[in-house]
Amino acid sequence: MSIGTYLIVAIVKIVVFLFVLLTGVAYTVWLERKVVGHIQNRWGPTRVGPFGLLQPLADGLKFIFKEDLTPPYVHKFLYILAPMLSLITALISISLIPVGNTIPIAGYNIPIQITDTNISLLIILGVTSIGVYGVALAGWSSNSKYSMLGSLRASAQMISYEVALGLSLVGVLMLTGSFSLRRIVEHQAGWFWHWNIIEGGQIVAFFIYLCAAYAETNRIPFDLPEAETELVAGYHTEYSSMKFAMFFMAEYANMVTVACLASILFLGGYSGPTFAGFLPPILSSLLPIFWFLVRVVFFLFVYIWVRGTLPRFRYDQLMAFSWKFLLPLSLANVMITGLVVALRA
Amino acid sequence: MVHLILFIIFGVICVAGAVNLLAQKHPINSALSLVVVMGALAGLYLLLGAEFLAAIQVIVYAGAIMVLFVFVIMLLNAGEEEHTHGSKIALLFGVPGMVVGSVLIAWMLIHSQPSAREVTVGQLYGSARSIGQLLFGQFLLPFEITSVLILIAIMGAVVLARRESQ
Repeated sequence: MSIGTYLIVAIVKIVVFLFVLLTGVAYTVWLERKVVGHIQNRWGPTRVGPFGLLQPLADGLKFIFKEDLTPPYVHKFLYILAPMLSLITALISISLIPVGNTIPIAGYNIPIQITDTNISLLIILGVTSIGVYGVALAGWSSNSKYSMLGSLRASAQMISYEVALGLSLVGVLMLTGSFSLRRIVEHQAGWFWHWNIIEGGQIVAFFIYLCAAYAETNRIPFDLPEAETELVAGYHTEYSSMKFAMFFMAEYANMVTVACLASILFLGGYSGPTFAGFLPPILSSLLPIFWFLVRVVFFLFVYIWVRGTLPRFRYDQLMAFSWKFLLPLSLANVMITGLVVALRA
Repeated sequence: MVHLILFIIFGVICVAGAVNLLAQKHPINSALSLVVVMGALAGLYLLLGAEFLAAIQVIVYAGAIMVLFVFVIMLLNAGEEEHTHGSKIALLFGVPGMVVGSVLIAWMLIHSQPSAREVTVGQLYGSARSIGQLLFGQFLLPFEITSVLILIAIMGAVVLARRESQ
């Protein structure tokens, strides 16, 4: 493949991925309002379009046309930088997610993934850890006590849960022996009992990962940084218009990334029956994308389900849960998995 | 050629960040400049082929330790610092000391073995596997001693923080 075709393919892939991700983000918001509505015996959005399906579009238009207020006495540079940092880091992660196998176009086998590196998982962890600055700086630069408290809580919480999150992945890494997400998916190819959660015995790690990931994305029951009953809206209280929307999009994009990672690391990623031979090749190479999306939507639904069901943690419970429960549990998981891998080898 | 250009870009960012770190008056700006320095260093590691080290540099230093710095600055609500006009002693000893130091380092680098001063791209043990084998094989003792040292430091911090006020 010449460098020209390579660039064209890369740009096309980036555009498609970003478009799908941002549309997905918009419709995750719609799904959330709908599902939480039904959980609370309401209808959720119904007015704009059939089933309220055009609601995200209306919301987007509203955000764009709202007045963009900058409160006085803010730290101007950081105030503007913070939402950008949040959104950029949230969007970068998707570039490393393998969505499907390869797709045959014009004689080339093009992998359905923007790029694959041999340290993909570490890059995603690094990028998300930089994303904390978006939240921390938003609260600090807004010059408001609610924002400040929100971002203090957010930075403490994210640092605490990053440890458990990182350690919960070590078991999967030991089983696969690679940081490449594509390798991890290929390792689990086949039927569902080959998934890491079953054959690898990573079911404990899976629950640690889910808990830590919910905390990393500031979702209920770990949403203390934006606890609306105490802190108005937490770190983004002073933001309006598109700047607020950027935080909002970043939060949901992070949810999507977490859902993608959970499916890749524990539930076999895009693996599933492709019916190769029965279906035309283009269709059977697109089928893995469908299996992947099924898993991602399932995780997003669980996210929303948890939000509609669980109350919020108290702050001391939040910290104790991470350091006294998740951390020892994930360390034990690392040791046991290591032992099993060593004995099997 | 591409590597040289990238090296110059990352090097310039790194030095500029370090200078900005000293020049800024507000502690939070200084802390953010340090984050930029860490990021640029990660880029330099990546150029050398030390991919694992680069990722860890971002995760641990830029992503965790510097967040703690920012956290503490926010918690104490530290304001702008006042710059002093500089002490005479610093000017008298500091600047010549710095010049002598950098000349010494440059001299040592020029007169050392070629293997010690030149690192080509990808020559380092970059992968997680080789770093793990080095850490838990050849350098096991220093590694364990460092861990114990850090553990002692953590215990000391906890004891100091939880001292009962009589």
